[in-house]
Amino acid sequence: MWKGVSMSIAIFGSIESGLIYALMALGVYLSFRILDFPDLTVDGSFVTGAAVCAVMIVNGFHPIVATITALFAGFIAGSITGVLHTKGNINPLLSGILMMIALYSINLRIMGRSNLPLLQEETFFSKLLETWSPIDQVLKSVIPFTPKTWSVVFSMLLLVVVIKLILDYFLKTEIGLALRAVGDNEQMIQSFSANTDALKVLGLGLSNALVALSGALIAQYNGFSDIGMGIGMIIIGLASVIIGEALIGNKTIVKATLAVIFGAIVYRLIVAFALRFNFFETGDLKLITACIVVLSLTIPRYLDKRREKKRKLLRRQELAQKRGENIASTKANL
Amino acid sequence: MFNEGSLDEKVALNDLDLEVKKGDFITVIGSNGAGKSTLLNIIAGKLIPDDGEVWLEGKNITSLPEYKRAAYIGRVFQNPLAGTSPSLTIEENLAIAYNRVHKRTIKIGVTNKRRQEFKEQLSLLGLGLENRLNAKVGLLSGGERQALSLLMATFTKPKVLLLDEHTAALDPARAEVILSLTKKFIENYQLTTIMITHNMQQAIDLGNRLIMMNQGKIIFEATEEEKQKLTISLLMKEFEKIRGTVSDRVLLG
Repeated sequence: MWKGVSMSIAIFGSIESGLIYALMALGVYLSFRILDFPDLTVDGSFVTGAAVCAVMIVNGFHPIVATITALFAGFIAGSITGVLHTKGNINPLLSGILMMIALYSINLRIMGRSNLPLLQEETFFSKLLETWSPIDQVLKSVIPFTPKTWSVVFSMLLLVVVIKLILDYFLKTEIGLALRAVGDNEQMIQSFSANTDALKVLGLGLSNALVALSGALIAQYNGFSDIGMGIGMIIIGLASVIIGEALIGNKTIVKATLAVIFGAIVYRLIVAFALRFNFFETGDLKLITACIVVLSLTIPRYLDKRREKKRKLLRRQELAQKRGENIASTKANL
Repeated sequence: MFNEGSLDEKVALNDLDLEVKKGDFITVIGSNGAGKSTLLNIIAGKLIPDDGEVWLEGKNITSLPEYKRAAYIGRVFQNPLAGTSPSLTIEENLAIAYNRVHKRTIKIGVTNKRRQEFKEQLSLLGLGLENRLNAKVGLLSGGERQALSLLMATFTKPKVLLLDEHTAALDPARAEVILSLTKKFIENYQLTTIMITHNMQQAIDLGNRLIMMNQGKIIFEATEEEKQKLTISLLMKEFEKIRGTVSDRVLLG
C-alpha cells in the first residue's frame, strides 16, 4: 500500500517536472527540427535562465519579473550563438559548444557561487500555492488521490499550452514560414528575399529563450539553482522530441509541438520508473538518458522495417496463392 | 529603345557587357564553363564580381546582398528540388514566394484570401495542384516541383527572371510542359528574362535575342530580325568562325 502511494507520488512528480521541461524541449525542437541546427548552447542557457532568476529572487525581485528576465537572458545567449555561426562562419556544433563553455563561466559570475538555494525565498510556485490552497481543499474532497498540491500541474499545463499555441501560430506566420524554410532549403529561401542570417539568429534566440524559461522555472520548482543542472540538457530535450515524434508523429506543426510536450512528460516517467530499480543510482541518470535516446532512435526504425517485411511477405503469399488458383483453374478446364 | 527600366550588366574581368532592355527575352547558349551560370549568379547577387558593376533600372545594385536583390529577381534552378521547400505545403511555399516582394510580418502566411489567389494561380499550371494545397511539396514529382518553382518565381512579377537550364533535369515530355508554361508566364506578365539552355533549337525558337558565350565572353549575338533567319547549322558556323576549329560536341557540352 505504502509502495503504491509513493509510486503515484513519483508519477505525479514526473508530470509536474515533465511539463516544466517541456518548455525546454520545445526550444530544442525549434533549433533541432525547425532550423536543422544542433544547438548545444542549451546546456548553458538552461543554467543561465536558472541563475538569472535565482539571483534576482534572492535580491528581492518579484518571481515573475525574475522569470521573464531569465527568458530574455536566454534569448541573448541563443542570439550570440547565431551570430557566431552566421557572421563568424563557425560550424553550428562548434558555435554551440563555444557558447556553452563561455556560459559556464558567465553563469558562475551571475550566481557568484556554484549553488544558490531558494528554499527560504518567495518563488513563483510558493506564491501560487498561497492563492491556490482553497482550490486544493476543494479538489481534496473530490479526488481521493491527493498530492501535496495541484497548483504546479495546473499552472504549468496552462503555461505550456499557451506557449504551444503561440509557437504554432508563429510558425504559420510569414516570418515563421521563412524560418521553417531556412532549415529546409536555405538556398531557396534566400532567392525569395529572406535574410537567412537574421532568421537563424532569431530562431536560436527564441529557442534558447524557451530553454532559459524552463531553467528559471526548474530552479524555482526544485528550490535551488546549480551550475551543473544543465549538463546533458540537450540530450534530454532531444530525447523528448524523439520519443514524442515516435509516439504521436510530426506530420503537422500542431501535432509535432504536442508530441514534444508529450515526449517530455513520457521521458520523466521513464526515468522515474527506471530509478525505482534498486540496481540504479541517481548518478546513472545520464546513462539512462543516453540509453533512452538510443532506443527511441533505433526501435521505431526496427519496427518499421519489420512491418515492411511482413507486408511484403503477405503480398508475396497472396500473389503466390492467386497464381496457384490460376494454375488450378486452368488444370480443371483441361 | 528603353533607357529607363533597363538592366546593364558588366563583368570587367571577363570584359563582358550586357545590356538588357525591359521586356527582353534573351536565350544564352555556350559550352560548359563558358560562364553562363556565373553570369546569372552575378546578376542574382550569389557571386560578387571582382570588378565591374550590375545596374538595375538606373540603380547600381553591385553591393546589394542576394536576399535584398531577390525582391526584384525571380529564379528557377536546374535542380527541380532547389526552388521549393519540401517539408512545407504547396500553399505555404506560395506564401513564401508571395513575400519575395512583400515584407515578412508576424501575420499568418496563408490567409483565406491568399489561398483563393494561390488556387487561381495554381490552376494556370493545369496539373491539378490547386486541389492539393495542403500536400507537402516533398511528395510532388520533379516535374510538378519544377512547375511550382516556375510559378513561385513568376507570379509576383519580378523585374528580371533568370532561368538556369530549368528543363534540363526533366524527361522530354515534362520539359515540354515546363517550357510552354514558361512561355505563357513570360508573355502574361511581360517578364524581362534571361534563359540559359543547352538546346540550340530552343534558344532559336524562344525569345527576342540570343547570345552565345565562350570563356566568359559574348562571342555572338543575334537580334530579333537576325534570329528569325537563324538555324542550328548557321549557329555552328558562327561559333567555328570565331573559335576556329571546334566540334559541335564542345558547344553542346
